[in-house]
Amino acid sequence: MYIKRRNFLQLGSLASGSMMIPNFLKAFEKPAAVPSGNKVVVIIQFSGGNDGLNTVIPVRNDIYYRQRPKLGIKKEAALSINEEAGLHPSLTAFRELLDAGSLGILNGVGYPNPDRSHFRSMDIWQSASDSREYIDTGWLGRYLDAQCKPGERPTKAMEIDDVLSLVMKGEQMKGLAFRDPRKLYGSSQEKFFKELSAAHKYGGEEAPVDYLYKTMTETLSSADYIFQQSKLHPSRQAYPASALGQNLKTIASLIFSEINTKVYYVSLGSFDTHFAQEAQQKRLFTELNEAVKSFTDDLKANSRFDDVLLFTFSEFGRRVAQNASGGTDHGTANNMFFISGGLKQKGLINALPDLSDLQEGDLKHTVDFRDVYATVLHNWLDADDSRIIGKKSNYLGFI
Amino acid sequence: MPESKTSYNLHLLSRAGFGPAASDIPLLDKINRNDLFRQMLKSSSSVPEYINVASNVMQGLFKGIQEEGKMQQLTKEQKQEIRKQSREDLKNLNLRWLEVMVNGNAALREKLSFFWHGHFACREINIFYQQQLLDIIRKNALGNFGDLLREVSKSASMLSFLNNQQNRKQSPNENFAREVMELFTMGRGNYTEKDIKEAARAFTGWGFNLAGEFVFRRNFHDAGVKTFMGKTGNFNGDDVLDMLLENPQTARFISTKIYRFFVHDQADEKRVNWLSQRFLKNNYDISKLLEDIFTADWFYADENIGAKIKSPIELLVGIRRMLPMDFEQEQVQLLYQRLLGQVLFYPPNVAGWPGGKNWIDSSSLMYRLRLTRILHDDDNFNAKPKDDDDVMMGQADPGVKNKEQKIRNKKVATSTRGLVNVDIDWALYISQFKQVPKEKLAVSIAVVLCTKGTIDLDLIQRYAEKDSREDYIRSVTIAIMSLPEYQMH
Repeated sequence: MYIKRRNFLQLGSLASGSMMIPNFLKAFEKPAAVPSGNKVVVIIQFSGGNDGLNTVIPVRNDIYYRQRPKLGIKKEAALSINEEAGLHPSLTAFRELLDAGSLGILNGVGYPNPDRSHFRSMDIWQSASDSREYIDTGWLGRYLDAQCKPGERPTKAMEIDDVLSLVMKGEQMKGLAFRDPRKLYGSSQEKFFKELSAAHKYGGEEAPVDYLYKTMTETLSSADYIFQQSKLHPSRQAYPASALGQNLKTIASLIFSEINTKVYYVSLGSFDTHFAQEAQQKRLFTELNEAVKSFTDDLKANSRFDDVLLFTFSEFGRRVAQNASGGTDHGTANNMFFISGGLKQKGLINALPDLSDLQEGDLKHTVDFRDVYATVLHNWLDADDSRIIGKKSNYLGFI
Repeated sequence: MPESKTSYNLHLLSRAGFGPAASDIPLLDKINRNDLFRQMLKSSSSVPEYINVASNVMQGLFKGIQEEGKMQQLTKEQKQEIRKQSREDLKNLNLRWLEVMVNGNAALREKLSFFWHGHFACREINIFYQQQLLDIIRKNALGNFGDLLREVSKSASMLSFLNNQQNRKQSPNENFAREVMELFTMGRGNYTEKDIKEAARAFTGWGFNLAGEFVFRRNFHDAGVKTFMGKTGNFNGDDVLDMLLENPQTARFISTKIYRFFVHDQADEKRVNWLSQRFLKNNYDISKLLEDIFTADWFYADENIGAKIKSPIELLVGIRRMLPMDFEQEQVQLLYQRLLGQVLFYPPNVAGWPGGKNWIDSSSLMYRLRLTRILHDDDNFNAKPKDDDDVMMGQADPGVKNKEQKIRNKKVATSTRGLVNVDIDWALYISQFKQVPKEKLAVSIAVVLCTKGTIDLDLIQRYAEKDSREDYIRSVTIAIMSLPEYQMH
């Protein structure tokens, strides 16, 4: 047998180590074992600062209607939750989920010293930091750091987007971002990168460039894996053609497969409604409502609704008072939706925000968002939340 | 060994500048590295030209406001118009500065400015204030850190971004004081919360007017006695900055950050100690600190060469310096910046870009590896960057509303919105290799493009086009620029 001696050019004076197959590659050969009844989290980020007060409407609150003479949603128009509160008229599927006991609403979620810059506040929510500290890893990235064993596929947390968010970046591990498994697969089929990846020699000690080769190899391998998985049990449910609809369909197909993914992340926006809020929020909530309807129907039909927790958040809510342009400006605390067949608390989990006790025209938070994360990590994902959040949290009772 | 001479010079050009231009290639194996550094210092010695991109519309609008005297008198629509125009102009400021990095001859000055741009990270939408801050940074980039700190601290951009306009005796706002200490001078853990409160009092009354000039508003200033870092007196903001500069921790913090940016992600304690002592002794002379670094033997040590991941701006500018190119739509470069995670004038927060491995994830890496081919139009590019609500104020990106930005090569029609047409001028680059025999071409190209690595030349050659010498050089160059090794410097 003739083996062609490869012509390697050594630049600089890199000391060559012995040929080794790195552990992370070896482990990929093993089949992934996923127990059924596997708990999954799906997060929908409302980008831009969703107006919480017009999402869960305090229909008997005079202050609300006084502060929002034009923008306030009338009691008759809102979808009733109870005597005190109603849902935005576009959220019909959410109203049905509420009846079925599959929707929970947490009010007044935020953090001390709220920041009103989109980017900064989103940073705070994604990194789970205090408003005065800067952390360059995200809480789900740190979840990956804490949970992934050496050699495990980096598909445990995935974002349906072209660009990976801070939330998915850990110290050692990072989630994967892609919009469509087929597209991801197509772009990873390039022979050049495959050969390059196969030819790279890892020395005994990690060279700085090894990190890039490792990421490249993992990406190519994961692209294959995700695509194969997405074809195992593709969703047969009809979904709306909207971006969110298609993204949730992708997620559903992966949830039905044998993939090891625990967390899916997807964004909807922009909710930054400084002007003409009514039309904009209605458009986005219609998209949300239709997509979530298909998704929850799909999960129920496939008996996975009890294992999947979907929750929503936004970087901040908006001010109590409307502005002069038919919109609202940046505010603070906000509500979150929780959807699952496995909720322990349903409907309004806590009290509506107190509009008579404001701080410079803004809501005061009553629940720290990191307690919500900790609850999800501890009660749903069985993870060491204090290590991930960086402190002991107070668990909530909704799951 | 002549190859190590080339490698040292490349290392220097890449770290102290944005990498070699095609026309620098003949110099690489001839000049001595210390002479090269002196040459870089010299070509960066003159005062940089002010970059002014504010459009006539904006100049007019702004002049109007100043004459009226009050921003508050504007209607909501006028304010919106100003913000929209400012945002557009800010894109041009980004592109013009990028152009200076690529084609200007003050590589060292622009590289340091790029560093300070991340150090004094500031998100401010007002184009005039941003232009002014960039000018302060570029003028002082190689000068005295104390001057730089004082001028930045008194700039409208920074005072606005860090809310010092709202810092008043009756209701102090600590944001500015906190970040000056945590991020600009000493670093976390070297002062108390009480020090921040006292410094905030000293900065009360520091503000700016609409023209972007610093204004000391005496009525808002707290003239009382403060106790700051163990000293007691009637301190004002200047006193606080002086005390911060006197503190050796500031020299250490800045030296460490410079070492991590220019030498290695992991700071070497002994070297940083040495550098910071000299930095303090030299009264914060930035050029002297750089000379200490770039003429030190350890800077050229094996573990420091090829050890850093290029930032997206370094990558883009580096490619453009080596391969001169014309963009039909320059704005496409903003899209690359967004996809790769670094947009000039939009740092993630006041702490700047974290850098290092943070640049790399599955998506950003694959975009980076494809970038040269995309520019050379051998690759289809089809991606939508994330929206930035701080930038867009609730409006959709032009041309990307709810659909993917499609960027395709010029073999497809060029009239559709979003198509990119880039012309690379290969002639100068190819002519650099005219003396090189064909069988040595791939090696010669690899040596000037990557400072380090084990490159599989067989693989590269298998993907090379062999129709003509020019095709061969082009395709080998693009293949090497598509390697992970090219992402490092």
